[in-house]
Amino acid sequence: MLLLAAFVALALVPRAHAQIAEERVVAGLSQTTVSITTGFTGSEIFIYGAIKRDAPVPKTWPLDIIVAVTGPSEPVIVRKKDRKFGIWVNDSGVKVDAAPSLYAVATTGPFRDIISFTDDFKHKVGLEHLVRFIGETDDAAYKAGYPEALVRLRKAEGSYFVLTSGVKVSEETLFETRIALPANLVEGDYRARIFLLRDKSVVDVFESSIEVRKVGLERWIYTMAHEKPALYGVISIAVALAAGWLASTFFRMVFR
Amino acid sequence: MNIYLPIAEVSVNAFLLLGLGGGVGMLSGLFGVGGGFLMTPLLILIGIPPAVAVATEANQIVASSFSGVLAHWRRRTVDFKMGLVLLAGGLLGSAVGVQIFAVLRALGQVELLVSLCYVVFLGIVGVLMFIESLSALRKAKTNKRAPRRGHHWSHGLPFKMRFRASNLYISAIPPFLVGALVGVLAAIMGVGGGFIMVPAMIYLLGMATTVVVGTSLFQIMFVTGATTLMHAILNQTVDGILAVLLLIGGVIGAQIGVRLGPKLKAEQLRVLLALLVLLVCAKIGYDLVRTPDEFFTIGGGGH
Repeated sequence: MLLLAAFVALALVPRAHAQIAEERVVAGLSQTTVSITTGFTGSEIFIYGAIKRDAPVPKTWPLDIIVAVTGPSEPVIVRKKDRKFGIWVNDSGVKVDAAPSLYAVATTGPFRDIISFTDDFKHKVGLEHLVRFIGETDDAAYKAGYPEALVRLRKAEGSYFVLTSGVKVSEETLFETRIALPANLVEGDYRARIFLLRDKSVVDVFESSIEVRKVGLERWIYTMAHEKPALYGVISIAVALAAGWLASTFFRMVFR
Repeated sequence: MNIYLPIAEVSVNAFLLLGLGGGVGMLSGLFGVGGGFLMTPLLILIGIPPAVAVATEANQIVASSFSGVLAHWRRRTVDFKMGLVLLAGGLLGSAVGVQIFAVLRALGQVELLVSLCYVVFLGIVGVLMFIESLSALRKAKTNKRAPRRGHHWSHGLPFKMRFRASNLYISAIPPFLVGALVGVLAAIMGVGGGFIMVPAMIYLLGMATTVVVGTSLFQIMFVTGATTLMHAILNQTVDGILAVLLLIGGVIGAQIGVRLGPKLKAEQLRVLLALLVLLVCAKIGYDLVRTPDEFFTIGGGGH
């Protein structure tokens, strides 16, 4: 009887992975809003969670986790320098239609070893699927290496990074990671995705968003500069004149 | 202490900015130059986007030049009449300059334009000033004064005006043109243009050296004010917090400079300024011809 039940179970779930489908990610973020204040120097987000399962821990494949935090996607113009008349001049540039302002990823192992190309493409985890052209793509532009250059430059300035083995997993159940967001954040809604993987396949995804906003003085200055530019210009000049007068008066009183 | 700049969208050290403002402000008070020719490249060097650096620097120069003008005004070393003629040209020039800047910013060529302007103008001015001030230094040593030129090349031009404080009776056209040229540069390079105006006033217009610095600052104050306003409206690139940090350092530095000026010898001061100008010029020129480490840049105008 017991043997029969086992056979039935096997017939219903022909692949070993099916068992894995029972696993789900439950996660939390230490903060879901980031406020950019005047003293903002970056923000560390603590991401933690657990794997919920009905069955015992499957022994087939080790468990892997990828935590990906991505900033709002924007078109970016990338320019290449060319030597003209002995000096280095920018070309007219290539517009990369979509590039996240931030790409912060933490994994349990080397990226290519823990996720298959198919699932990477499906879930758009890797940078090559996020930094891309939309619609008609010009092969020449790809070959010239503009998207790669964009990734390289953003990596150099700290906006794109991958923390290999940055996720700690304990008892195949609990996991945690810390992602330090850099100081040069732009405003917008950031996506935080947590992928649970087995055998290089995505088993479950948990998604949350992080709201990044300028607040206080930063907000006020930014809004005014864009919405009331004339008034903003006048105030800038007034502040400058006041500072000039103050310094002059102060120095005259002190050293006469 | 790091501080986040709302328009530049980068975080920088506040004390670094205060220090830069102070150092450059001192030169401003000392030489009657805005100091923008030093500050703008420095800001770009520390990671401020060029468009923001140029516009914000114009705003800072308003403060340091106003502070300097007040000090010179009390000493009666400002020729207001000459200043107004220069200013008329300057406002026209800066309006043209801001438009050129907006177009080139969209094309991604702002950096190149700014660099080329720096190399050309700093190069010319630096060399001329260096040669002139060296020969003046030599003459000063042998106790001979340069003979005053009886006839100026511009004497044939119309619209003659008397500039009492400058001890001049010349046509208004040359000062107007000098003002206009400086206005264009102020908008494009994020500089007051003093490093061009001061030598132009001395050598081209033949003004009395005592009023040159004050008058130059007077004109610069208005031109950079207009430039700030136009950049704020057209490009939205004036960063309020960056400007405040720079100008706090700047106005204090300018006051120290003004007080230090009379204690130093004018000819030696000019040699120093010339060397400084040439140094900045050489650095920017070298960066233009040097094969870059990274051929790609992330361009402005993307959003």
